[in-house]
Amino acid sequence: MKSPQYTREIPQRYRLEAQKCKQCGKIHFPPRLICDACQSRDFEDVHLAGKGRVLTWTVIHVAPAKFDLEAPYVIAIVEMEEGVRLTCQVVDCNPEELALNAPVEMVFRRIQEDGQADIIQYGHKAVLQRE
Amino acid sequence: MRDVYVLGIGMTRFGELWASSFRDLFVEAALEAIGDAETDRLDSMYIGCMSGGLFVGQEHIGALMADYLGRAPIPATRVESACASGGAAVRLAYLEVASGASEIVLASGVEKMTDGADVTAALATAADQEYEVYHGVTFPGLYALMARAHMFKYGTTREQLAQVAVKNHYHGTMNPNAQYPFEITVEQVLASSMVADPLRLLDCSPVTDGAAAVILASEEIAKKAQAHPLVRIAASAQASGALALHDRDDITYLDTVAKASQLAYQQARITPEKVDVTEVHDCFTIAELCVMEALDYTEPGKAANLVEAGETRIGGRMPINTSGGLKAKGHPVGASGVAQIAEITAQLRGEAGDRQVAEARIGLAQNMGGTGASCTVHILEGLA
Amino acid sequence: MAGIVGYGAYVPCYRIKAEDIARQWGGDPGAVKRGLLLEEKTVPGLDEDTITISVQATRYALQRAGISPAEIGAAYIGSESHPYAVKPSGTVLIDALGIGPEVHVADYEFACKAGTEAMFVAWSHVQAGHMKYALGIGADTSQGAPGDALEYTASAGGAAFIMGKENVAAEILETYSFTTDTADFWRKEHEYYPQHAGRFTGEPAYFRHIEGAGRGILEKSGRKPEDFAYVVFHMPNGKFPLRAGKLLGFRKEQIEEGWLVNIMGNTYSGSSPTGLAAILDVAKPGDLIFMVSFGSGAGSDAFIFQATKRLPEIQSKAPGIRAILGENRRYLDYGQYAKYRRKIIFNSPV
Repeated sequence: MKSPQYTREIPQRYRLEAQKCKQCGKIHFPPRLICDACQSRDFEDVHLAGKGRVLTWTVIHVAPAKFDLEAPYVIAIVEMEEGVRLTCQVVDCNPEELALNAPVEMVFRRIQEDGQADIIQYGHKAVLQRE
Repeated sequence: MRDVYVLGIGMTRFGELWASSFRDLFVEAALEAIGDAETDRLDSMYIGCMSGGLFVGQEHIGALMADYLGRAPIPATRVESACASGGAAVRLAYLEVASGASEIVLASGVEKMTDGADVTAALATAADQEYEVYHGVTFPGLYALMARAHMFKYGTTREQLAQVAVKNHYHGTMNPNAQYPFEITVEQVLASSMVADPLRLLDCSPVTDGAAAVILASEEIAKKAQAHPLVRIAASAQASGALALHDRDDITYLDTVAKASQLAYQQARITPEKVDVTEVHDCFTIAELCVMEALDYTEPGKAANLVEAGETRIGGRMPINTSGGLKAKGHPVGASGVAQIAEITAQLRGEAGDRQVAEARIGLAQNMGGTGASCTVHILEGLA
Repeated sequence: MAGIVGYGAYVPCYRIKAEDIARQWGGDPGAVKRGLLLEEKTVPGLDEDTITISVQATRYALQRAGISPAEIGAAYIGSESHPYAVKPSGTVLIDALGIGPEVHVADYEFACKAGTEAMFVAWSHVQAGHMKYALGIGADTSQGAPGDALEYTASAGGAAFIMGKENVAAEILETYSFTTDTADFWRKEHEYYPQHAGRFTGEPAYFRHIEGAGRGILEKSGRKPEDFAYVVFHMPNGKFPLRAGKLLGFRKEQIEEGWLVNIMGNTYSGSSPTGLAAILDVAKPGDLIFMVSFGSGAGSDAFIFQATKRLPEIQSKAPGIRAILGENRRYLDYGQYAKYRRKIIFNSPV
């Protein structure tokens, strides 16, 4: 991803900024210009608190070149406490530690680089809540 | 809208075709379809292709293919809906003939995947780049997320997934164009290398070069043709859904497949039980099960039982993927949806050779892109 | 009086044992452990760097401070491993945490002293009334060359301190700095690993500056070593800070709480700040805390803190650093470590 595209998405990547439809209450991450549930265009900003649970996961063994060094790594669909879902890596764990509905929290990490000389792209990954 | 018929079919062999270029693949399939149709007339053409840009660095594919087929200046349009590009090309050709705008239209699909591109990354462009792929997910990974969710929800087992691949490889042995025309066992699937847990190498369709083409024509033209039994397109439907898997209410249920098939059943005025032979988009073993459930061939969670009981084998009650499917026949992504129409047409004509389904009169082809965000369903009727 | 209103420290979960590094290079594992007083060190995950460590430490500091990030007027990260040669670390941090855009941001570099520099400048702004809150961070993912003595200790971690005048948990009573031009350790642009001058890094560098700053601040404040409940020095290895303490007249018991180096390694700019965080995790109201950092090149910053009644109220609002060091340790062998620290040459693109 090049710098202009990356920079545009900083509110979502860095701060998990989402939006809530004022008409039907559906939370969108990332924000949209029109609610897919009720067609409303009236939204309020919400921040995802960064806690959720694992709905399903996989362990990527054959990775795209950019992620080769990290393989095998866990990717999960996480349902955030606010009800919205997202896809992210789950790190700092063995894949055997994953479980259905395992509680996770989001941490700020490096996600990828196009190449050694290109910008470092940050965002959120999940870690298992251990307490 | 008027009736539309399949006048001709053609496809290249599917596989790692080192000697064939992107454009050659298309021309070879198109010439075979033109020959099969025994017509020299073409009013326009559609070319389904997922990613000429990433695989071989080529866009502007419509004009390129019209030129190399020797058919310029007829209109030629490239159609892209990820792995449903082929199905979408067939649907546009269908609509062009059905509307009366054209009499004979070529619908084709082509992909050249083995020229050295990062295939994993190229295929991943069919998912949400900014909110799925950004985090390192791959296509096998996305279907693995579905597979694990399906296992949690319905108790589907690893062995049941393997049985889908075993069945499709068995069918593939009877298809001379198949990339992998050999049988495999459940044990081999379970021992193959892990790609994206729980999916292993033999759960995954391969990386394939290939092209397929069909010629669609109006009733007036079709009824004059004598070469083959008539096959009518009884329905052509398409649906769209959330691109990101995590945005679906039920990760295990393919809404777009359900929606497109419901529209198709209505248009064809049939129920699912009337279908004699089916081609589905088995890019991964789990996909075939999810598609069967969304096509309403069985209740959600029950598809694996039908596979286990042999119902979906040739000779069973509802043969699925007689061509070998994407798994054994190969999956040149943009071509697969068109190759499905070629297979169903061959079956309904009674020209499917060793893999012929007895008395096949109604066939269904289901093609999808991404994790199912695009889906086309075509129902064909043999008038033999 | 201005001081610390919130603090947080973080280290990655990966570890390598000193003996595994020794074995790789044919060293004597026992001698290394005895010589450096070091069991193991932290290693950053493939997805961690000075910025991500700073963000996590600051999240903990914000939890303890209980303030809005938007109230922070300056954010400074001190590190010798900023991920970019040109492009600030602090800009990522402030946008990740919702600080700014009305904020002054700068990256500091002064070998292992950059963290206390950031703390000093942050505190100075608040003390001078320039702003309500300011953030100073020391964090590093330091690298030692393969086979070099530094490889046993160079580790990853950091600590963040929010300075303010209201609801102060530890007041800063005194500061003192001692700096000379002493080339004991350096890394030039485009060089991957630092160079050092061997034993010259000890007496004329570490000890001279720590002692200079330590004696200076004692004299300036009029306090004696026995007045302090806790003491923390820069910890390049296990032995140096213990010896520095002895030179200045401190007892081992005063040093032990902040002495994390045996299980953490040398987190460079994060070293003494992380030790300070460990002390703040347990200190009681009224306790005096003595801190002297050291950065090669060379210089030391000294601080005297005094814990207030607020400190016990905020200690448990975020994980303590000894708890973080103790949980979910994931050990790497040398091969994995070499991969994690990108010491292996790959074909592009990786």
